[in-house]
Amino acid sequence: MGIMVRKRQTTGDRRDVDMTSSSTIDLARLKRQAVQTRIRSLQMVHRARLGHPGGDFSSADILTALYGVVLCVDPSNPRDPQRDRFIMSKGHCSGALYATLAAAGFLTEADLNAYMAPLSKLNGHPDRNKILGVEANTGPLGHGLPIAVGCAMAAKMSGTSWRTFVLVGDGELQEGSNWEAGMAAAQFKLDNLVLIIDRNRIQQGDFTENTICMEPLAERWRSFGWEVREVDGHDMRTLVECFRAVPFIAGVPSCVLAHTTKGKGVSFMENRPEWHHRVPTAEELHKAIAELEEGQK
Amino acid sequence: MVDCRDAYSKTLEEMASADERIVVVVNDSVGSTKLKGFFAKYPQRSINVGIAEQNMVGVGAGLANGGKIPYVCGPACFLTARAMEQIKVDLGYSNYNVKLVGVSSGMAYGELGPTHHSIEDVGWMRIIPNMTVIVPADSVETQAVMQYSATHLGPMFLRISRMPVPDLLPAGMKFEPGKAVRFREGNDVTLMANGVMVCRALRAAEDLHKSGISARVLNMSTVKPIDREAIEDAARNTGGIVTAEEHSIYGGLGGAVAEIVTQTYPAKMRILGIPGVFAPTGSAEFLLEHFGLTADGIRSAAVQLLESR
Repeated sequence: MGIMVRKRQTTGDRRDVDMTSSSTIDLARLKRQAVQTRIRSLQMVHRARLGHPGGDFSSADILTALYGVVLCVDPSNPRDPQRDRFIMSKGHCSGALYATLAAAGFLTEADLNAYMAPLSKLNGHPDRNKILGVEANTGPLGHGLPIAVGCAMAAKMSGTSWRTFVLVGDGELQEGSNWEAGMAAAQFKLDNLVLIIDRNRIQQGDFTENTICMEPLAERWRSFGWEVREVDGHDMRTLVECFRAVPFIAGVPSCVLAHTTKGKGVSFMENRPEWHHRVPTAEELHKAIAELEEGQK
Repeated sequence: MVDCRDAYSKTLEEMASADERIVVVVNDSVGSTKLKGFFAKYPQRSINVGIAEQNMVGVGAGLANGGKIPYVCGPACFLTARAMEQIKVDLGYSNYNVKLVGVSSGMAYGELGPTHHSIEDVGWMRIIPNMTVIVPADSVETQAVMQYSATHLGPMFLRISRMPVPDLLPAGMKFEPGKAVRFREGNDVTLMANGVMVCRALRAAEDLHKSGISARVLNMSTVKPIDREAIEDAARNTGGIVTAEEHSIYGGLGGAVAEIVTQTYPAKMRILGIPGVFAPTGSAEFLLEHFGLTADGIRSAAVQLLESR
């Protein structure tokens, strides 16, 4: 089962092209895909004996919605100058990203099976020079938003209508570079830029609020000049409708604060900081897959 | 005497009129990067991100992603040190076509002190894969390097001083990346320099000539990729190599030359630069004198090298 990638049909405003209303979108298909992304990424982590499954699971629905019905990207023309840009700033969640890119036609199943294998093109963090469809090499945190700001500026300068989406983790926002970029995005009125925050409330060592308090996170972004919408980051319909409503306000950058659950969908992984980068045993893998499959019934 | 910043900014304005992909990004330093003219002429292609170097370099990568040729300009000390991880990952590893212009490099800020000196930048930049590193010697070479830079695909660090230097190269020269420019023939010793030290190396060679020592002078403006042939030839066919740079003696031109010499034809070297210390208070000229980065300092290093053989 793959994501049906929508191709840009004209170089005009993409909203003229995309007339599908969310009521006609096959939400069931997207939900199934998100479950498959979780299963596939966990299999990859198990096989590689490395990875970040907790964040893979919290971001799976967001990635599926974006690649399923939001982004104008085309694996047969991956460097189309008019494509939408998506930057996975939380590059450590490469398992979910790669599984999503495979479903969208940018990678093969064989590629996924070589996740982090010697000389594989699938490094633990994405490499744009090895994977078509990746826009920036990320891994160190706080890099994606500044790059996304540059992308959005380039589109504005060129008078083109492609948009830039960037997905960051909540703990990642402890890096100051995000706030430098946040100020610039508002200053330059980048309403073609969408920041998505995977607010799973857990970072590597502990809950975010026990580490460095992130709240009031929505207020912080509003005070930086962004229009913020808070959504359930696991509700596919809400995600799709929200992403399709950008820009929320003309002349203002959009922030989607997606409330998510780390390890979403598996009882023994949910909300457990250790699953930030724990590798499942064979038994845990089977149990997790069973729970995920059961959950989609 | 000329300020190479004038040559780079004037050339950039000319290039921008011919290529609309060229844009500039600065960190508040519109004046010190000499880009007021560019901002006035091309306001839609001029971005001031404020005092935020990490964002500035990331924005450069994003602009390159969107098909622009960004020149990301700022005082070399802040541009490189503050945004080092962005330069490594967003430009080097991602291999984005971004030109970094580090102005007022070396100890040009003099009395402002070591916070504002940039004597580590060449070492840091040349370690990064995909990064080209160029330190032009005068305004003629600066203009030629700028014209070349827009044709080169990939990240590049251009180190532009604010210290006045005489023009040495012929007007209209064509810059050849990775090629040392031989300013003076000689067989007894080779003097290799770049940036503000080239004119001093030439004066040293004249003084050595008066003492009967024939010194070859090479302008090593491209530190990476470095001219391996010119270095090996100097090691084989002259009595030793003296390098001179407005940079730490660790990791800069001297280090780059030594890496080739030791692996091709081991020869005696002297590496002149800032000897692993933070500079004391003083003007740029005073500090160059203080560290022996003068014609006389180069001359005496060459004499000592030949005496030690």
